[in-house]
Amino acid sequence: MVHLTPEEKNCITSLWSKVAVDQTGGEALGRMLVVYPWTTRFFGSFGDLSSAGAVMSNAKVQAHGAKVLTSFGEAVKHLDNLKGTYAKLSELHCDKLHVDPENFKMLGNIIVICLAEHFGKEFTPECQVAWQKLVAGVAHALAHKYH
Amino acid sequence: MSLTKTDKAIILTIWNKIATQADSVGTEALERLFASFPQTKTYFPHFDLHPGSAQLKAHGAKVVSAIGDAVKHIDNVGSALSKLSELHAYILRVDPVNFKFLNHCMLVTLAVHFPNDLTAETHAAWDKFLALVTAVLTEKYR
Repeated sequence: MVHLTPEEKNCITSLWSKVAVDQTGGEALGRMLVVYPWTTRFFGSFGDLSSAGAVMSNAKVQAHGAKVLTSFGEAVKHLDNLKGTYAKLSELHCDKLHVDPENFKMLGNIIVICLAEHFGKEFTPECQVAWQKLVAGVAHALAHKYH
Repeated sequence: MSLTKTDKAIILTIWNKIATQADSVGTEALERLFASFPQTKTYFPHFDLHPGSAQLKAHGAKVVSAIGDAVKHIDNVGSALSKLSELHAYILRVDPVNFKFLNHCMLVTLAVHFPNDLTAETHAAWDKFLALVTAVLTEKYR
């Protein structure tokens, strides 16, 4: 369970209400594929991922990124039960997608960087604390059903 | 994972922007590090780590200055940071995992201050560069 103070919860929900989920999701996934190119191993069917330009303008990347970040919205709505919220997705990532949980941490940190970029000074150190807890909680929940 | 010519050009361009606010960038990165990853404070029991503290400012400036040295000698970071490498290996002995946390907080700070400059390519180049600096600083650990 993520332990968030009332202020931290507020940081999360107030920032989340202003996030352009589809755009930011595409941005975050794209950055992960550019900054950590070995993560492209999971996206063989996505077409051209050979350069930063190709990745960031790839429609499948944008679409999938949007899907991933939309799912984050569930986390924001269920801060007190991340494990339950992500139980099915956890099984999927283990049994069908075979994704090393290390990748969840990487993507989580990239989401934090994207938020910092969009919100600038509003993304205070205190805000970052809240979001680091959340992305760590989501990563942990997604890894929870691994066996 | 070595730096390409393009990486080096990107790194230098961003450094020139960082240099104009070097001290505050360093201080903010540390502030974010200690807030988000409180276990890193265990290496500074002798410091006043409250935001705005003189020691925090001084140390932030020191950290960014060292990064600047690495940028200026980007073709031989090992040699440029040799003394710092020994310091971290024999005296400070900061567990290697913590460098990743600091690097992340540096990137967050850059994103906050230079949002238009931190494109995916730039983000990648700086992530690689900070990883290189980390490798040099932990090179002599064992």
